[in-house]
Amino acid sequence: MNITFIIASFVAVLATIMAITRYNLIHALLYLVISFLSIAIVFFVLGAPFVAALEIIVYAGAIVVLIIFVIMMLNLKEESVEQERIWFSRKVILGPSILSIVLLGELIYILLSHETTALTTQAVDAKSVGLSLYGPYIIGVELSGLLLMSGVVGAYHLGRQKKKVQHRFLENQTT
Amino acid sequence: MDDATISHLLITFGVLAGLLLVAPGLIWLERRLLALWQDRYGPNRAGPFGLLVVLADTLKLFFKEDWIPPFADKKVFVLAPAIVVITVLLSFVVIPFAPGIIVADMNIGLLFFLAMSSMGAYSIILGGWSSNNKYALLGSMRGAAQLISYEVFMGLSLMGVVLMTGSFSLIDIVEAQRYQWFIVPQFLGFVIFLIAGIAETHRLPFDIPEAESELIAGFHSEYSGMKFGLFFVGEYIGIMLISSMVTVLFLGGWYGPSFLPPLAWFIIKMFGFIFFFILLRASLPRPRYDQLMEFGWKILLPLSLLNLVVTGGIILWMNTH
Repeated sequence: MNITFIIASFVAVLATIMAITRYNLIHALLYLVISFLSIAIVFFVLGAPFVAALEIIVYAGAIVVLIIFVIMMLNLKEESVEQERIWFSRKVILGPSILSIVLLGELIYILLSHETTALTTQAVDAKSVGLSLYGPYIIGVELSGLLLMSGVVGAYHLGRQKKKVQHRFLENQTT
Repeated sequence: MDDATISHLLITFGVLAGLLLVAPGLIWLERRLLALWQDRYGPNRAGPFGLLVVLADTLKLFFKEDWIPPFADKKVFVLAPAIVVITVLLSFVVIPFAPGIIVADMNIGLLFFLAMSSMGAYSIILGGWSSNNKYALLGSMRGAAQLISYEVFMGLSLMGVVLMTGSFSLIDIVEAQRYQWFIVPQFLGFVIFLIAGIAETHRLPFDIPEAESELIAGFHSEYSGMKFGLFFVGEYIGIMLISSMVTVLFLGGWYGPSFLPPLAWFIIKMFGFIFFFILLRASLPRPRYDQLMEFGWKILLPLSLLNLVVTGGIILWMNTH
């Protein structure tokens, strides 16, 4: 088993746990970024450099930046850290952590029992990703396009404001 | 160690040393050129042509008090200036300066550059947020919006070049320009990339995240000493990065008439664009924030999509005929 793969996946698991357990949201998101970066390395080691680059550009570079952007606009202070601490009680995390520990045990068992198939050495380049996205998986691309479209429409609807009109006949018109 | 390893190490450290030496020199170059264009002298006292002012500036930054405000988020505050330098220096890994002079030839070189430039946005966001200061926060929110938007056009404007080459590797892209530079068939892409590049490095006229006249210094208001110095050096290495990317992608990289070595051609083209960046600073006023966003989403985005569609259509037509 490749040592880079093991280190990167270990960092990914650790960073994700830290991301869940931080009370301060920005610190949690920073750990999430580290988790995305290490997953990108995992993809790279598994022979998918194109997906690795997209993982960084899209997830770490764009989506988390947008989340941080929203958090900065909300301007959360100490109250929110306190709120997080109350929500994050032992009772709440008991169920999820038992399930995750079961999964982690399975992962460690798989890693230790050398029965896995060898890492694929064949690199998947951008061309084959494109061919399979616009070939057999075209329905998935179209559906996610529709989902994004509905998101845009919803955001437009939420952001639309009624213009204040002083004129008595034009009162009920919206723009 | 064998010869290949030694030469590779030499290239790696040579590129690193070159960048870190030229970046402070650019500060002197910028001040002298701005002075020239504004009809005054600029720094001309210390040493030949005032070159020693670079040394004085660096020493000054080192000896200034390195102050962390008590209301700041300390860990993030320290982390933020490092991110910009790390990401910009990492981007230089994929840039081919001359045949054989490249740190790592990746087959996803261009995507690596885009990924690193999108990670660079964190420096502004975290720096502004952790300062816990309203001007810094305003600056970093502007910076986040600006960088995310202009990354989109930057990526789209490059895709024309990728379509014509058929590869993301920067060496392949340079070699495809042996007979014709991509600035001719991809002129629209070149202009969009240059504008988006200026916005990515948040240089004047797009230095809206730091806008001195409105936001004091924007996201780095609270920084002093060498932490401020890192933001400063990161900005200048960023200028060099965008200039070298324009050279590689649109001006044929190291290709040129053979009376000069390839590396010299690369450096001449790169410095041409650095001079252009400084000339922009000397001549253009800063747009308003909403004007910048409107310009991006309403003009640059449709234009770059149009460029992509037309390029793709022509390539498809040429392949079938």
